[in-house]
Amino acid sequence: MDQKTLRQMEKHCIQEEAPACRSACPLHVDVRTFVLQVGKGKWNDAWKTLNKTLPFPGILGRICDHPCEDSCLRSTLGGGIRMGELEKTCVNQPKPRIRVIPIPKKSESMAVVGESLSSLVAALELLRKGYDVTLFSSLDKLGGSLWALPDETLPKDVLEKELVILHTLGLKVEKKKMGKGLLAPLQEAFSAVYLGLDSPNGARMAQEKKPLDKTFALGNDGVFAGGTCDEHGHLSPVHQSFQGRAAALSMERFTQKVSLVEGRRDEGPHPTRLFTNIEEIEPLPGVLPVHGEKGYTIDEARAEAKRCIQCQCLECLKVCPYLDYYKGYPKRYAREIYNNAAIVMGNHTANLMVNTCSLCGLCREICPENFSMADLCLDARRDLVQRDKMPPSAHEFALQDMAFSNSEPFLLARHAPNRETSRCVFFPGCQLSGSNPEHVIQTYSFLRNNWAEDTGLMLQCCAAPAHWSGNEAKTKEAMSLLEKNWQKMGEPRMILACSSCLDMFRRYLPRIDVISLWQVMDRCELPVDAAKPVDAAKNPMALHDPCTSRHDPQLQEAVRRIAATLGIPIQELEFSREKTECCGFGGLMENANPALAQKQLERRTAESDLDYLAYCAMCRESLKGAGKPTAHLLDFIFPQATVGADPAARVKTGLSDSRENRARLKRDLLDQVWNETPETGTESMLHILPEVQATLDQRRILHSDIRETIAHGEETGHKMQSQVNGHFLASHRPLMVTFWVEYSLAENGYHIYNSYCHRMQIIRENP
Amino acid sequence: MITNLGIGENTEWKCFSCDALLKLDKVRIDYMNGSFTVELPCCPECGMALVPEEIALGKMLEVEKLLEDK
Ligand code: SF4
Ligand code: SF4
Ligand code: SF4
Ligand SMILES: [Zn+2]
Repeated sequence: MDQKTLRQMEKHCIQEEAPACRSACPLHVDVRTFVLQVGKGKWNDAWKTLNKTLPFPGILGRICDHPCEDSCLRSTLGGGIRMGELEKTCVNQPKPRIRVIPIPKKSESMAVVGESLSSLVAALELLRKGYDVTLFSSLDKLGGSLWALPDETLPKDVLEKELVILHTLGLKVEKKKMGKGLLAPLQEAFSAVYLGLDSPNGARMAQEKKPLDKTFALGNDGVFAGGTCDEHGHLSPVHQSFQGRAAALSMERFTQKVSLVEGRRDEGPHPTRLFTNIEEIEPLPGVLPVHGEKGYTIDEARAEAKRCIQCQCLECLKVCPYLDYYKGYPKRYAREIYNNAAIVMGNHTANLMVNTCSLCGLCREICPENFSMADLCLDARRDLVQRDKMPPSAHEFALQDMAFSNSEPFLLARHAPNRETSRCVFFPGCQLSGSNPEHVIQTYSFLRNNWAEDTGLMLQCCAAPAHWSGNEAKTKEAMSLLEKNWQKMGEPRMILACSSCLDMFRRYLPRIDVISLWQVMDRCELPVDAAKPVDAAKNPMALHDPCTSRHDPQLQEAVRRIAATLGIPIQELEFSREKTECCGFGGLMENANPALAQKQLERRTAESDLDYLAYCAMCRESLKGAGKPTAHLLDFIFPQATVGADPAARVKTGLSDSRENRARLKRDLLDQVWNETPETGTESMLHILPEVQATLDQRRILHSDIRETIAHGEETGHKMQSQVNGHFLASHRPLMVTFWVEYSLAENGYHIYNSYCHRMQIIRENP
Repeated sequence: MITNLGIGENTEWKCFSCDALLKLDKVRIDYMNGSFTVELPCCPECGMALVPEEIALGKMLEVEKLLEDK
């Protein structure tokens, strides 16, 4: 990803945009922060917040005409936050000491004509930029009509004190009546000139000319003007100030000979892009000051401030525990991920973040601007793999499992028995085959009897793990193997049981005609005994759509119709169909970050008290693994006597079982469908207690790893023996991982007590 | 450089083929671009080293993760 792509992507997350109040304020006062501080009674902090953006906060804080209030999102929910009153209350508190940073002086000098608010602000801004400023006034005192305000509004001593800063910063004042003839000499003597149209001197010199929007230039010769009235002929203090400030910036740009207009789109009031969800915000009436004109008491101000919604977006964080976990928001994550990729030396601290996203795509559905964290993370993974920086442990297991599925023990491509061709081919995928091989056999014979007799079968992996891991080379390799086998079968239509497989076929092999198993079954007569023995089917179930089915409404409909035919009352989850949530397996989330996958599952399983109904084998296993009674749709179509009455109670299939199931599936199919009795080697039995097996699954240690390790120990004699209980401990490093197994001999195999592994390799230098 | 994995003497396990008690000894452990010398219980005869479970799942795992993110 380059800088430009990052900027492009970043733009889609609008969380950092100013809330409505701030963007409506011509001076962009940080209203949200200010109001938060007032609510907490932190008056010094609130003062400082005002001081950051308000020129003469003691003055403006008392007289601002607060256009922000009308834009406030509270407007329709009890009335806009009364920012005018809150500012007043704040500047009535003692002013904290605020350090002024000295500014280096610039050589150019600027002329400001007029003594009213716009001129004072222009002068202040120019002084703060380091210019030498001379102000021309026909009056004795700076401030103009400000002196005419009643004391209750703006006490005279406050006004006086607030203006002291101008003199401190070295403002020169010349008392002089100005007219149009004097403009040319001013231009001659100064780098740029400001005319305050809210002062008699300035108005005279401008001769009815109106300044341009944004730049406040009167022409193109270094004369600028501000302090105009609105369409009703009123002067607005906050607009006067804004125009003085904007003109000062133009004067600086003019002097530096740079563009006057560039990058000023968001200056002044503008509509915000920030989205804030106010659906669940209760109306709350504004606080009225008990003492009327005198304004809020401190407690009243705090109560009013607490009505602020603290507008922000974070819609995606509300639905994604992963996004929530990292305590930021996608725009920030995008930058972290970008920086992570740029690191040459040092720690890639965002690797785990990149690898944890389930690529489920929910954020994109929820986000008002369609930000896709999945695209971002998949891109970053591909980049890591390409640069050989992908942590090996993140996806290794899944990739090895995929390699297993694409090897002899599972790989199969056959026409139906006694057929030379296939019109269709059933492709169950690895997960269903690993989770419930009997269902694959039953489905296959169902399809031959009810859909097309010449339905072939392919056992293989769809390469989703490689795709998810960002490994493009491995994805391509697996895809071409898939394409080759499909061609060998005569380019048939593919019937896919898993929506992740569907997604992969559509993404990488779009010329292959694919259809979901559920759409096929929806058009068939379901088996007569379907759902019958299952009492559970009488109870309503909550339907869980897999995240890879998000954009496949036809598939989702087909599943719902099948459930209706089976007589299973379905309750829709709040997050279903295009807003469905991941089971924590997608994107290899569970491989890279089991703890967060757990959080994802906790969220999903808590959404309904009902048992869940899944139609992806992986979703079924994940949900069940998280303790949620979950059935698979095939459990009702092909009820299995062995399972007992409640398929939702069937235990989760472990990793070793999944592999062994796949291998057994191929053997059973060859035996039962094609009458080829395969040779079966006799394997030693492993006796493993369930709690030990759970540990093995959690550590991703397979029975095959254990067998290899024991064989190694027994053959070489390299093993340890416990002096306590006589158990053996052997270790073996077939590839990247060293396995340790604690075992003892049993009559027909071994008892397994424990097993663990590490990736570091032990090297004896002087054995 | 870690040199101390916090391992004490091991009294439970014996080398099966040499029938010898294990003694702490220096061994090198490598992963990716990292290489460290650490003390592990080893057979004084044939040199076979033991990585106890708590080390494999504790300190070693930590270091592995660090090296993977380098
Ligand atoms: S939903 Fe998330 S990604 Fe989208 S704008 Fe809001 S915070 Fe940003
Ligand atoms: S509710 Fe608060 S943050 Fe939102 S617009 Fe109003 S003042 Fe600003
Ligand atoms: S897990 Fe899903 S919702 Fe969360 S960031 Fe990734 S794609 Fe978006
Ligand atoms: Zn030995």
